[in-house]
Amino acid sequence: MNRYALWKYIVIAVALLIGALYTLPNFFPEVPAVQVSSAKAKIDNALLVTVEEALKAANVTFSGIALDATGIKVRLADPDTQLKAKDTLQAKLGDNYIVALNLLSSSPRWLSALGALPMYLGLDLRGGVHFLLQVDMKAAVDKAADRYATDLRSLLRKEKVLYSGISREGGSVVMRFKDNAERDKARLAIEKNYPDLQFREAEGAGGELRLIAGLKPEAQKRIQDGAVAQNIQILRNRVNELGVAEPIIQQQGAERVVVQLPGVQDTARAKDILGRTASLEIRMVNDDPGALDAALAGNVPIGSDLFTERGGTPLLVRRQVVLTGDRINDAQPGFDQRSNEPAVHINLDGTGANLFKEITRENVGKRMAIVLVEKGKAEVITAPVIREEIGGGRVQISGRMTTREANDVALLMRAGALAAPMEIVEERTVGPSLGAENIDKGFKSVTYGFIVLVIFMCLYYQLMGVISAISLSVNLLLLVAILSMLQATLTLPGIAAIALTLGMAIDANVLINERIREELRWGATPHAALQTGYERAWGTILDSNITTLIAGVALFLFGSGPVRGFAVVHCLGIMTSMFSAVFVSRGMVALIYGHRKKLDRISIGQVWKPGAGRPAAPTKA
Amino acid sequence: MEFFRISRDIPFMRHALAFNVISIVTFVLAVVFLAVRGLNLGVDFRGGTVIEVTYSHPVDFSRLRAALDTLKLSEYSAQSFGRSDTALIRLPLAEGTSSAALSERVMGVLKADDPSATQQRVEFVGPQVGRELYENGALALLLVSLGIMGYLAMRFEWRFAVAAIVANLHDVVIILGFFALFQWEFSLPVLAAVLAVLGYSVNESVVIADRIRENFRKMRKASVTHVIDNAITSTISRTMITHGSTLLMVLSILFFGGEALHYFALALTIGICFGIYSSVLVMAPLVMWMGVSREDLVKPERKGGGAGDKILP
Repeated sequence: MNRYALWKYIVIAVALLIGALYTLPNFFPEVPAVQVSSAKAKIDNALLVTVEEALKAANVTFSGIALDATGIKVRLADPDTQLKAKDTLQAKLGDNYIVALNLLSSSPRWLSALGALPMYLGLDLRGGVHFLLQVDMKAAVDKAADRYATDLRSLLRKEKVLYSGISREGGSVVMRFKDNAERDKARLAIEKNYPDLQFREAEGAGGELRLIAGLKPEAQKRIQDGAVAQNIQILRNRVNELGVAEPIIQQQGAERVVVQLPGVQDTARAKDILGRTASLEIRMVNDDPGALDAALAGNVPIGSDLFTERGGTPLLVRRQVVLTGDRINDAQPGFDQRSNEPAVHINLDGTGANLFKEITRENVGKRMAIVLVEKGKAEVITAPVIREEIGGGRVQISGRMTTREANDVALLMRAGALAAPMEIVEERTVGPSLGAENIDKGFKSVTYGFIVLVIFMCLYYQLMGVISAISLSVNLLLLVAILSMLQATLTLPGIAAIALTLGMAIDANVLINERIREELRWGATPHAALQTGYERAWGTILDSNITTLIAGVALFLFGSGPVRGFAVVHCLGIMTSMFSAVFVSRGMVALIYGHRKKLDRISIGQVWKPGAGRPAAPTKA
Repeated sequence: MEFFRISRDIPFMRHALAFNVISIVTFVLAVVFLAVRGLNLGVDFRGGTVIEVTYSHPVDFSRLRAALDTLKLSEYSAQSFGRSDTALIRLPLAEGTSSAALSERVMGVLKADDPSATQQRVEFVGPQVGRELYENGALALLLVSLGIMGYLAMRFEWRFAVAAIVANLHDVVIILGFFALFQWEFSLPVLAAVLAVLGYSVNESVVIADRIRENFRKMRKASVTHVIDNAITSTISRTMITHGSTLLMVLSILFFGGEALHYFALALTIGICFGIYSSVLVMAPLVMWMGVSREDLVKPERKGGGAGDKILP
């Protein structure tokens, strides 16, 4: 009567098999590794060979080398060889490649091929830095308004509209006019050219007529989104420099960016690099005859610097900075309207536009160099010839460029400055030794609690207790397997949730066992007791798990960071516990008792029966 | 082995009034502590900086404070954390100064003073983020209460829902009262523990409510008090054993989980202990006072699909 359908056994067997398979990778220790990746250069088999040869030449023995989507990974025997390999490779490959220290699981390749990976450890367990950065949206909008002020000025001039003044005030552009007709003319022209703007008319002091142009909400949103996206791009470039193996940089909410750098110990340097503003300078090229040759011979003229252009050509640049990068509002790749050549369009702010106009007027026919200064190292991005006087703040650099180069130059020019300033609003840093200690303590608390619990169950409920203990182990196995499968982040509160979930999961088993004992107490036959015990307990188990699940889901929705890790484990644990406590333990009972036609007793420990005369039994009417 | 050999129903409900008085007194005390002392909100909710520093030797706090004093901070606290070689430094939010750079300055002076000082952990939470975490926490608490109440009302009768939620919020307030009384730090993990307790101890109320309903159907002639007494008595063994098991795991976290999980485990411990008390001795009397009756729970058979039928799926 307590038989179990074959398909149920198959489901259990499959679940166990999958559970075991995906839990397996967690048992392999992590080995030191070096990871080679690059934001600029291509990672391919040729590089793989280069890496292999470089390591062999330096007598660095490695246990494995592989190429995957994220880069080349070299497994090494110990941390010392790891450091040696890193230095060797960085020296060999140069600055275009990022060589980072990493830890890789030593699980066999067939497991990884199945997608079976160890659990993904949170920063509080593996050590590292978590930053939450807030993008200053007001500044992004102000900057856009600055850009519009420049554009509108040149538009009004082009359309020959008479205006008495134009300026940016907060996030909008204010234009002043002497008469209504001119104002209407201006409005018409702007509406035609700039669909993103909306207008308001006002009257200033002394009968002065004003036209106030502001960004439409959707345009404002686009600018803000663009600012966040650009900042993320810049952060990514900078993080690459830190040589972090698996950085996470992603948007959170409308105006925040999360940066997680596992394994980074030097937080001061991380903050420094993230917060750095590379500066962009525009200087004039020293084209005096013979000066470059003299400089190459080691005799650099006073007031000039010898730089190399991207691509390697040496260039002599005057030391005086004529324009700085913060005058640049935007740089975008595009095409020259006349020749259709790839070009970079640069947009300067008001002051920048005036300065630029002066410089270009005085230096027609000469070359100017756009220099990116980063980490005290200067690099000439491009050195175009000034063809004519450029007013209005819209500059175009074209000629001798491929589309890709135009993209790169635009990116580099933008990389000079963030689209909007950012501020660290949350920081959580955990040192690697504290992380290891946290894992150790978390592991200990789960193990010790679990052992005591299992001993108690086995003593108190005997064979039924053993069944409960096994189903609890199955629960643990499935929970770890699902966490590994989902690659959900395991945090210290997450480990605590594993312990807590095990403690709570036993509730279902206790409920079932107590119910069976009770049925036996009131004289049910063993088979009937098992049957009703499981059936009656199920409703209660479902009820109690649903309430726990509600708490878990709310925590997941509103929690953040480590607490979210707690919620994930908690919710998953409830699901696996329902499966293991009801399905698996019932299967075991069926396996042990199901085939016996006549069952004399169930091994569930002593079932105490109250003396005759004083029944606590419900008096059935 | 059988721990609970109860030969007759324990007359819990005879002492219902006494239990209610005890509950009300503890509850009021908890509220008073909360009102007078308030919660010692951690850096998660209040904002500020926490730095954990270890030394190669026991911390010399007078030297550490002397070093910190050179920074001219308006306010800070430094105390030992778990072990004698570890110090925890708390800095409140400072107006104007870049808080992100603060930890670097602190580590700078500490390292200059004693090169063995090693930064283990830094947590910095800005004022806005702290406020958001606080609001989200309160929202989560509200949502959990409403969700559980809604579920119970749907699953049982409204009296059970109200009684269960009162009983469990009573637990939550008492946990918070303990944190206020002893000025333990209330952090995000503690909030998680409080919510987990809320979800967990409702279990207990559900089990007892389930049994009361079942008894109403079986014990047709028994009085309401008798029905409730019997329900509690026959589930007491299960109650003690499950809570004991959960407590076992929680104590294991408390003893082996280290400082980081200390208050989390403490909140769970208190919550579980009071959870037993409240579901048995707060919820049941409340249901009784609210005048639950057989007719409310046991729907006539002909209607079918009534609440009572759900006991046997």
